[in-house]
Amino acid sequence: MSFLGKLSLDAIPYHEPIIMVTLAVVAIAGLFIAALITKYKKWSVLWNDWLTSVDHKRLGIMYIILAMVMLIRGFSDAIMMRTQQALATNGAAGYLPPEHYDQIFTAHGVIMIIFMAMPFMIGLMNLVVPLQIGARDVAFPFLNNLSFWLTASGAVLINISLGLGEFAKTGWVAYPPLSELAYSPGVGVDYYIWALQISGIGTTLTGVNFIATVLKMRAPGMKLMQMPIFTWTCTWANILIVASFPILTAVLGLLTLDRYMDFHFFTNEGGGNAMMYINLFWAWGHPEVYILVLPAFGIFSEVISTFTSKRLFGYTSMVWASGVISVLGFIVWLHHFFTMGSSANVNAFFGVMTMVIAVPTGVKLFNWLFTIYRGRLRITVPVLWTLGFMVTFTIGGMTGVLLALPGADYVLHNSLFLIAHFHNTIIGGAVFGYLAGFAFWFPKATGFHLNERLGKASFWCWQIGFYVAFMPLYVLGFMGMTRRINHIDNPAWNIWIYLAAVGAAIILVGIILQFVQLYVSIRDRDQNRDTTGDPWNGHTLEWSTASPPQFYNFATLPQVADIDAFTDAKEKGTAYQRPKHYQAIHMPKNTPSGILMALGITAVGFAAIWHILWLAIVGLVGAFIVFLFRAYNNDVDYYVQPDEVARIEDAHLNHVVRG
Amino acid sequence: MSITIPADLNVAHSDEHHEHHDTSGNTLFGFWLYLMTDCILFASVFATYAVLYMNTDGGVSGKDIFELDFVLIETAALLVSSITYGLALIFAKRHNKAATLAWLLVTFALGCVFIGMEVYEFHHLIEHGNGPQRSAFLSSFFALVGMHGLHVTAGLIWMVIMMVEVAKTGLGPRSITRLSCLSLFWHFLDIVWICVFTVVYLLGAL
Amino acid sequence: MSAHLDSHKADDLAASIKSYLMGFALSVILTAIPFWAVMTHHFEKTTTLSLVLVMAIVQIVVHLKYFLHLDFSKEGKINTFSFLFTALIIVMVVGLSVWIILEANALMM
Repeated sequence: MSFLGKLSLDAIPYHEPIIMVTLAVVAIAGLFIAALITKYKKWSVLWNDWLTSVDHKRLGIMYIILAMVMLIRGFSDAIMMRTQQALATNGAAGYLPPEHYDQIFTAHGVIMIIFMAMPFMIGLMNLVVPLQIGARDVAFPFLNNLSFWLTASGAVLINISLGLGEFAKTGWVAYPPLSELAYSPGVGVDYYIWALQISGIGTTLTGVNFIATVLKMRAPGMKLMQMPIFTWTCTWANILIVASFPILTAVLGLLTLDRYMDFHFFTNEGGGNAMMYINLFWAWGHPEVYILVLPAFGIFSEVISTFTSKRLFGYTSMVWASGVISVLGFIVWLHHFFTMGSSANVNAFFGVMTMVIAVPTGVKLFNWLFTIYRGRLRITVPVLWTLGFMVTFTIGGMTGVLLALPGADYVLHNSLFLIAHFHNTIIGGAVFGYLAGFAFWFPKATGFHLNERLGKASFWCWQIGFYVAFMPLYVLGFMGMTRRINHIDNPAWNIWIYLAAVGAAIILVGIILQFVQLYVSIRDRDQNRDTTGDPWNGHTLEWSTASPPQFYNFATLPQVADIDAFTDAKEKGTAYQRPKHYQAIHMPKNTPSGILMALGITAVGFAAIWHILWLAIVGLVGAFIVFLFRAYNNDVDYYVQPDEVARIEDAHLNHVVRG
Repeated sequence: MSITIPADLNVAHSDEHHEHHDTSGNTLFGFWLYLMTDCILFASVFATYAVLYMNTDGGVSGKDIFELDFVLIETAALLVSSITYGLALIFAKRHNKAATLAWLLVTFALGCVFIGMEVYEFHHLIEHGNGPQRSAFLSSFFALVGMHGLHVTAGLIWMVIMMVEVAKTGLGPRSITRLSCLSLFWHFLDIVWICVFTVVYLLGAL
Repeated sequence: MSAHLDSHKADDLAASIKSYLMGFALSVILTAIPFWAVMTHHFEKTTTLSLVLVMAIVQIVVHLKYFLHLDFSKEGKINTFSFLFTALIIVMVVGLSVWIILEANALMM
């Protein structure tokens, strides 16, 4: 083995003009951003206040930025797939050769689920949950920083694969035996394994951190059944993370042993059983979709109750419905592989359980409808997303119940009907939810409003584009078109393929409008300040802080006696009160340990992908040394002095009075 | 992989506390939650073992290779190490530094005996052509038992670090929290071992 | 769990050591019986099987109680409940996985 393992200059895909142009664009954009940072002398701000920050609000924003960057990448893949299929009709080959196309659909799935949806969800959770429970931070702020950087580390690895080597050509599930060394000898699957493994560990740590946070750090007086609904759904999601991500860790570990050390878990030879991979993958994969969607349900609940100015209908049933979904989510996973051919009893059990899970979801939908009933719904951007969700997700849920019938699934499995179904639930459920949450909490996080007109325009493009893009896929599924096809030769499919491409283009406009909205809102921020901290007349504690919140969140920890703690305080007249004197606040210091440890672990992942033993050792030892330094560093905290707290609080309260 | 996590999670945030909160309790609870994730990690590999243990591909089966008297000694070493660790922690909470260090050392030695025996067993199997590459059964056997072994090894490394810490800085609250986390970890590994010797060795030899 | 951290009283020493020894004695017995049963083939196979499994479960409970100090006290119950939830998930994931694969294997025969 040479000094650089399998790595050589041949790993760079010079001959692929699409990739080289992409790399050039990324490089130019990167240089441009670096130049801007240099011009405004912001490097030290970036490092000291952001990259090394242990503040959950800043980490939340960084997660969301990561998600948006990865959205661009993942959506580019989507557009390429749609245009390729549209061009490769009637015997044409299109512009993407199969080996490149296969990498694109794999990358699209992995990126959208693991590096777009997950960071977006975790970002919103970071931003909001500690504020909603009246805490000053999460239970383990440094661990929170480390989790973020492990997620980012996975994202970095998957993006390196673009310009160095290749990505997996196996589909985002990487089923063996295809993903075994014998059939995927390149580094693509190794990129897949290490990117998922590292970010997955980061996610597990996030789950642990947030469960400890909500169970141990709620504001005085706040009972569990008084936690805001978004916090509750996030808590269920975290419980699912803690219970399911280790399964992913295990199954990826076993695949790693197969590929690196010639073990026989999932191989054709040696008595391996590839079905066990599929089984374990979905034992994680199914809870994973609830991890994505439950927090979105929480966001819709917050949005609906805030903008109808009513209490959420059926809070308790909402909490328990989420719990039932979480537990049931662990006994339905076989519906992802009915066609593997287990016995009738097995298929019947999982089919029935899958249909049962629609019941608690229905409970939620009715709760939202009853919340709106006789309320005065203000049609803002977050509300539009919520209404769009209610229609779209219901359709997705019903096609899901169709697929839950093993008999029907045998026909529809791996067809575009399935693709349409899960995009229907993930876009219509999770993504719409995150975008609603983004618009809802944006003023809280930044201190200024998003441009409403552009937000609405973006919503309509997404909503219409979604239907134009995905309804044809249902039709194509019924016509027998399977997923992951590189070129097609059935003229009857053409029109639907073209339509779907048009739909993707409309969504593209929606995404562009979203970024334009961001640009315009930042440009006009001075006209759109949120000075009170409570722009929507909110119900929960995050709205009692300034916008953006004070870095210590709460000068004095709030006393809670109601689910809608801030509404309660406003009604009782106890909101915005100035205590006689403030106490010093104990805060954690920022630390570079997280980013440095993740750097070492990224090196380990990269080294493992390319079989560079020395680099793996250096990375591992480096990360461990940084960890030891952190563990034995006594200078990790400080006190904010009462006069500084008083100055910050006075400024906020004066704004409130003037606002 | 997650095998490196135990040490990572030894982040006793004893200094990052917030008023009104018992940070040592937070750390212990957080660590306990991590152990729950570890339980599920092991459970996944147990499930894999359970579906693959008959897939010997014409090679040896559990009955051919397991030596129960050997496993019994391993088990004894680990079991005794559990109680010696318990004693170390009891003395640590009473701020008896010498006794703490002594019992940690005994625990460490017993852990080394366990790991030494496991390495010997693995070496013996591989030497006779029964390495993990031979069959799916052996792959899952090596992965399951080896994963437990790696956890024990991580625990031993952690124990060395704690011995140095206690020797150098004494038994402050931070050290006690960390020793308590290690205690959870060590006893937890003992429970995993109960499952291993039951499912793998005893049922395999039946 | 943090409750036992705070106890520094002198009589506690004897009590905690006694508790550990109690757990230890029980585990020795609970380990010895299944090993003995399997090594001597004293019982029929099915009897041994159930004996071994029961002993393992009892021993896990003993360890949880005496070594990990799980209990239903106000401070400790959250740890116990998180363990019970984990156990539920494990039973579901392992049980259903084995069921799925063995049923599929049976059809492959």
